[in-house]
Amino acid sequence: MADPMRIRARIEGDQCVVRVLIGHEMETGQRRDATGRLVPAWFIQRVTATTGGRVVFSASWGPAVSKNPVIQFSYAGAKVGDRIQVTWVDTRGDRRTDEAVVSA
Amino acid sequence: MPDSRRPVWWAALGGLLALALGTASVVAQSAQETAREIERYREAVADSSPGELWEARGEDLWKMPRGPRNVSLERCDLGQGPGVVAGALARLPRWFADADRVMDLETRLLHCMVTLQGLDPAVLRRQPFGNGEQRSDFEALSAWIAAQSRGMTLAPPLDHPAERAAWRLGRELFFVRGGTHDFACTTCHAQSGRRIRLQELPNLSRPEEARRVLGTWPAYRVSQGEMRTLQWRMNDCFRQQRFPDLVFGSEVSVALVSYLLHNASGAALAAPGVRR
Ligand code: HEC
Repeated sequence: MADPMRIRARIEGDQCVVRVLIGHEMETGQRRDATGRLVPAWFIQRVTATTGGRVVFSASWGPAVSKNPVIQFSYAGAKVGDRIQVTWVDTRGDRRTDEAVVSA
Repeated sequence: MPDSRRPVWWAALGGLLALALGTASVVAQSAQETAREIERYREAVADSSPGELWEARGEDLWKMPRGPRNVSLERCDLGQGPGVVAGALARLPRWFADADRVMDLETRLLHCMVTLQGLDPAVLRRQPFGNGEQRSDFEALSAWIAAQSRGMTLAPPLDHPAERAAWRLGRELFFVRGGTHDFACTTCHAQSGRRIRLQELPNLSRPEEARRVLGTWPAYRVSQGEMRTLQWRMNDCFRQQRFPDLVFGSEVSVALVSYLLHNASGAALAAPGVRR
C-alpha cells in the first residue's frame, strides 16, 4: 500500500498555496538492479487536485519525475476550511487519494 | 644530442600540465555547482522534505504493537526513560545498564525490538537498510526519533568508563590503515577542502567540520531516494575503504559513531537532513 501523501494548503494573499509530497518509487524503466536486470517502469502518470468538485490542478507525468516527488501549485478563490483532494494514478493502475483542509 | 631535445620535452610537459590544471579547475567548478544545487534543493524542500514520509512511518512503527509479544516500542528506553523520545538523540551514544554496553540510536532500537517485542535479531539484521519497496524499520524509526531532538544541542555523555572506551576505540579505528588499498578513514576524511569526484569530503577529525555535518544525520539521500542512518554511512564507508562487511550494531560500528559524534559535540541538531 502506498504511503499517504503529505498535503499542506495555506492561504497566502489572494491565493491558496498547496504543497504535496508523494511517496512513490517512480521507476524510469531504464535502471538495472544488482543482478543486471532492467527494473520495469512504474511511475505516476496523472495527478489531479480538486476542491468542491472543481479541478484546480492536473498534471501528466512521465518517467523523468524524481522518486518521492514534491509539487507546489496555487489557485485563487479558496477560503479557510475548504477541503482539497489530491489523487494520483500510476502505470500499474494503482491510485491514492488524500485530503487536506485549507488553513490561514 | 639528448641535451638539445630537453626544451621540447619541457614544453610538452608544460602543455600536459596546463591541460591537467585546466581539467582540474573545470571539475572543481562543477563540484561547487553541484554543492550549490544541492543547497538550493535543500532550501526548496525545507518544509516538505521527502524525509517526512519516513518520519510519519517511524511514528506509526513506534506506536504499533508488533512482534511475538504484540507490544509497541512505547516502553523502549532510549536513555531518557521508557518511552521518552524528545531529546534522546542529543544524548546518544551512551552506556545502557540493562545491556551493559554502549549503544547508538539504531543499536538501541534493535535491542528494544528484541527484548520488548520479541523480534528475531538475525532477521532484523538482514534488513537494516532500505532499498526501494523493501523498507527498513530502522531508517523510519530513526528519522522520527531524530526529528524529536531538532534544535537541541548534541552532547553525548562521556562519563561511564564504557563510553570513554568506545570513544577511544573509535578514534583508533578512524586512524588505522588496512585492507587491499591500505586505506584508513583518514585517507579520505582528514584534510579540509577535498573531494572525491564531485563529492565534498569533510575533515571529520576537526570539530568545526564534524559539527557542520553530523547534526543532520539521519539524512534523506536524494540520489538514492532513501533515508539513511549513521549505521548505513559507516557500513558504506567501510565498503569504500575495502574493509570487511561492517555488522549492524556491532561494537566497531558504535565505536566509530561515538568518535564522530563526540567530535561533533555542541552541534545544533537538524536531523533528518538532506544529502546528495
Ligand atoms: C575511500 C574514501 C573513503 C574512506 C576510506 C572513508 N570514507 Fe567516509 N565518505 C567518503 C565519501 C565519498 C563520502 C561522501 C559520500 C557521499 O555523500 O556521496 C563519505 C561520507 C562520510 C560521512 C558523512 C559526511 C557528511 O557529509 O555527512 C561520514 C560521517 C564518514 N564518511 C565517515 C567515515 C568513516 C568513519 C570512515 C572510516 C571507517 C570513512 N568515512 C572512510 C569516502 C570515504
